[in-house]
Amino acid sequence: MSNIAKAFANGKAFIPFVTCGDPDLETTAKAVRAMAGAGADLIELGIPFSDPTAEGPVIQAANVRALSAGATTDKIFDLVRDLRRDVTVPMVFMTYANVVFSYGSEKFIAACAEIGIDGLILPDIPYEEKDEFDPICKRYGVDLISMVAPTSKDRIATVAKEASGFIYVVSSLGVTGVRSEITTDIGAMVRLIRASSSLPCAVGFGISTPEQAKKMAGLSDGAIVGSAIVRLLAQYGREAVPHVAEYVKSMKDAVRQA
Amino acid sequence: MTNSKGRFGIHGGQYIPETLMNAVQELETAYGHYKDDPDFQAELTGLLNDYAGRPSRLYFAGKVTADLGGAKVYLKREDLNHTGAHKINNVLGQALLAKKMGKTRLIAETGAGQHGVATATAAALMGMECVVFMGEEDTKRQALNVYRMRLLGAEVIPVTTGTGTLKDACSAAFREWTNRIADTHYCLGSVMGPHPFPTMVRDFQSVISREIKAQLMEKEGRLPDAVIACVGGGSNAIGAFYHFIGDPSVRLIGCEAAGRGVDTAETAATIATGRLGIFHGMKSYFCQDEYGQIAPVYSISAGLDYPGIGPEHAHLHDTGRAEYVPVTDEEAVEAFEYLSRMEGIIPAIESAHAVAYARKLAPAMGRDQIIVVNISGRGDKDCAAIARYRGEDLHE
Repeated sequence: MSNIAKAFANGKAFIPFVTCGDPDLETTAKAVRAMAGAGADLIELGIPFSDPTAEGPVIQAANVRALSAGATTDKIFDLVRDLRRDVTVPMVFMTYANVVFSYGSEKFIAACAEIGIDGLILPDIPYEEKDEFDPICKRYGVDLISMVAPTSKDRIATVAKEASGFIYVVSSLGVTGVRSEITTDIGAMVRLIRASSSLPCAVGFGISTPEQAKKMAGLSDGAIVGSAIVRLLAQYGREAVPHVAEYVKSMKDAVRQA
Repeated sequence: MTNSKGRFGIHGGQYIPETLMNAVQELETAYGHYKDDPDFQAELTGLLNDYAGRPSRLYFAGKVTADLGGAKVYLKREDLNHTGAHKINNVLGQALLAKKMGKTRLIAETGAGQHGVATATAAALMGMECVVFMGEEDTKRQALNVYRMRLLGAEVIPVTTGTGTLKDACSAAFREWTNRIADTHYCLGSVMGPHPFPTMVRDFQSVISREIKAQLMEKEGRLPDAVIACVGGGSNAIGAFYHFIGDPSVRLIGCEAAGRGVDTAETAATIATGRLGIFHGMKSYFCQDEYGQIAPVYSISAGLDYPGIGPEHAHLHDTGRAEYVPVTDEEAVEAFEYLSRMEGIIPAIESAHAVAYARKLAPAMGRDQIIVVNISGRGDKDCAAIARYRGEDLHE
């Protein structure tokens, strides 16, 4: 069983996201430990990128804060090394293709394996371009996470068949960010995925309330939340950790009931 | 890259979110159909000729030629097109295609505002809704074009993220397209982005080199020795180069915006200072730091102020078929003034980069040789900014 599969082994999963280095790497380390302690099943660590084209304003601003505060890929690798001394929850990186490519794809992915990163989410790598990274990921045992979107339709089967780790179900059109309502028929998307893959699927984009998380996890295997957590970090800065922990606990409690 | 499409050597591809994949595939299918459809082509040619004023003139710049004392200099007058630049060639093609696809809304990014004005124009003509994303910094540099777009019925959204310039406008347009696909076509303004844009935009712009070839054959009975064009994303350059790529005697020279110099951080010269990367849907060369963070580039020209270059140019550079040279702000401004005084033609500050290199190259060539410079746009929009550069504040 891959480490990511373990995240889904104890009922519905809650998957929080933070941008590494927002507001600084020390706070990220504390936030990750707090989230793991509060019941997070898998943690998405964002490596900031100057031009994150799949992100809404909240995470865009977090990328700017992190880069301005001096976060770099190498410093984030060190952060994960440190976290892995005590954090056992599966962790994946979420970043953009150029961050990996420009570091040297093989060097980056080998480092992921070495420091204990279980997977890689690259929102600007669709199925058609996954050969750029997937063969290397397979060689190092790092799962390249596939995404399916409300527009994917006939593509869902193709994408799901070759997916690994878990399948990231994009709940809505548009970029990341809190939404008052998710109108996509998530159940139908998940049924199409299940027809082609036995991997777990988790829903992300737009989820912020416990009610939404419970509903989305009910329709799938888990809920992913980014912007709502990043908003706490924006609001409270270095003092955000208890707020993040409390929020993650409330969300995990909600998905448990799904 | 077994499944990857739209490659120029190692460059190109479709590095975009899954949400957009069906949209670009739908576009690819539609373009594949209509590009060979005689009715579509006839309709487009009608628009290009009767509405946009094609073919544009190939003008022998006699005074410039005499002054430089070397090769004969011809100017391809894309500045005479309706809306004042080559951008209309691509926009009319894409707007017509979008209409055939049943789209009712065009969105676009713009730097100098020429592509935004062209898109707003085509939207007005075809009765489509239009939203243009423009870096906030550029809305200040190009206030006149902002007004023109609004006058034409478009909504202009200033983009405040990042450096507030062309790359940020482009990111904002991609984000908006991800948000609203069903009725919306993203009318991308250059030979960049995911496949099929680099190929499609090049095809629509290739009318420039097709005309140059025929016009020069008529005037001189031969091919040019060099074709010079400015390069940001590279649409006017690829348009001017395309039909000469198979003629090895024709030097193809792209002029990049060096800003304050390629040895400074304030430059947008991608070939001179960038390296291979993946951004805005394509693999190509980009100005970036050691960790792949896209550089905040700079040029006096809002239209060339972009940290990347189209994938076909990257490939032409790799193979050595085309040369890419940096031209500084100062050289471009001098060329802007030079062509205005010498020929009575005020070029866009973008096109002035190409004029600047022609001033260096022509004297080194023989009098029996021929250079064609693509004047991709007119310079009215730049007058206030150039005056400011020269220390003069214009008030209208």
